[in-house]
Amino acid sequence: MASFTHGNITIEVDEDGFMAQPEKWNNEVALALASTEGVTALSEDHWKLVNYLRDYYTKFGVAPMIRKLCKETGFPLKTVYDLFPSGPAKGACKVAGLPKPTGCV
Amino acid sequence: MARKPTPKLDQLEKGPWPSFVREIKKRADKNATCADLLGVLEKSYEERVGHWKHGGIVGVFGYGGGVIGRYSDVPEEFPGVAHFHTVRVNQPAGWFYTSAALRTLCDIWDRHGSGLLNMHGSTGDIIFLGTSTEHLEPIFEELTQAGFDLGGSGSDLRTPSCCCGEARCEWACYDTMAFCQEMTMHFQDELHRPAFPYKFKIKAAGCPNDCVASIARADLSVIGTWRDCIEIDQAEVAKHAAKGNDIVKDVVMNCPGKCLSWDGKALTVVQEDCKHCMHCINAMPKAVRPGKERGAALLLGSKAPIMEGALLSSVLVPFIKMEPPYDDIKALLEAIWEVWSEDGKNRERVGEFIQRVGMGNFLDAIGLDPDPSMVAHPRENPYVFYDLGGNGKE
Repeated sequence: MASFTHGNITIEVDEDGFMAQPEKWNNEVALALASTEGVTALSEDHWKLVNYLRDYYTKFGVAPMIRKLCKETGFPLKTVYDLFPSGPAKGACKVAGLPKPTGCV
Repeated sequence: MARKPTPKLDQLEKGPWPSFVREIKKRADKNATCADLLGVLEKSYEERVGHWKHGGIVGVFGYGGGVIGRYSDVPEEFPGVAHFHTVRVNQPAGWFYTSAALRTLCDIWDRHGSGLLNMHGSTGDIIFLGTSTEHLEPIFEELTQAGFDLGGSGSDLRTPSCCCGEARCEWACYDTMAFCQEMTMHFQDELHRPAFPYKFKIKAAGCPNDCVASIARADLSVIGTWRDCIEIDQAEVAKHAAKGNDIVKDVVMNCPGKCLSWDGKALTVVQEDCKHCMHCINAMPKAVRPGKERGAALLLGSKAPIMEGALLSSVLVPFIKMEPPYDDIKALLEAIWEVWSEDGKNRERVGEFIQRVGMGNFLDAIGLDPDPSMVAHPRENPYVFYDLGGNGKE
């Protein structure tokens, strides 16, 4: 397992850069992870998305489907990609400290 | 480059057929990734267990699909395949290339990957096999400079693909390449930014021979057909007979609609019994050809057995004129995606969705009238429920 350091923050991450121990997530960790996804600062809109993902995950134990995310945050998909250029699954979920979403080829 | 012995893989080089081991070995002497790929595969054969981890999430900025992350679970032993990501590159419609374009693709892949590629994967894309995360953005940049783009992956519109159509085939009932290109360009957002419950594939076949096997492999199969009668050139039929072809045995008796008859002088057809199967057309080139009023049938719902069993596409629109820019088909697709995305479960293909909600409800939701052509097979359940409609007094 690799470790990732940004400023004073050092966390364990998997090969895709997702947190190995999501329970250690906090706002500073989010900022550190964002730097790996082409996001230099987290605006109010970034936090709205990140907090929505965390709340949903805490409640249901999975990441929401993308359509639900767009509907409930009010952000069209294009805005989600403007906020997190690597997209909701790779970018936003990583910054929100969710475990790696299981993808399909 | 030193390579470990691979006695088990070597067995796969024996025999007259092509061998992927032979192809990988050609590059293994100058490429560490290919050498380690052989090593890890031999190890898997010895231990009878795969050494690829399940799924990775990698990609390029701005896109949610196009790259499939792959990691080895024995990276210390085989560092060359610690990362072995797959890149899907959107193929040109009909898979036509200039040799310069092919060289450009190969050069990009030599610089940034294993050099192994697949022309083409079953999605239709060019498949670049084996690269590491730090090469992804440079690959993407060089591909776009050369006029190529990534294809689809994950829960998005997969790269539309088509047969060579009117470019080479006399049976094509519409311009499959133009249709494929238009769908690809129009639905760029759906192709690159996954937002569906699961994958959605479009394949376009020019005639019912369906050379791209769209009926078994595409959620939306667009199959060329005609709605008038097949055309018969009696003089050419006579030539086939004169050459010794047994018209009755090979053509008439193989007709699934039993719509043909041959009296030794003329071939006749009962149009309403014709199933548009292409058999007589294939059996007697020049003598029989598709009718003049050409277009396509739209079929929906096929898939391979992953979550549920395999399905074939079934008829949604029996005949549609294929006229650019295909606004009618685009609108229909958007209606289907809206309903499926709203009510589909995670990883439920559209065919499974229709099975779950029922064809009647699905048609209501997408605003399409039922048609007898949509019946795939007769009802098996003798208990019939039907809606009288209106106030129930009709």
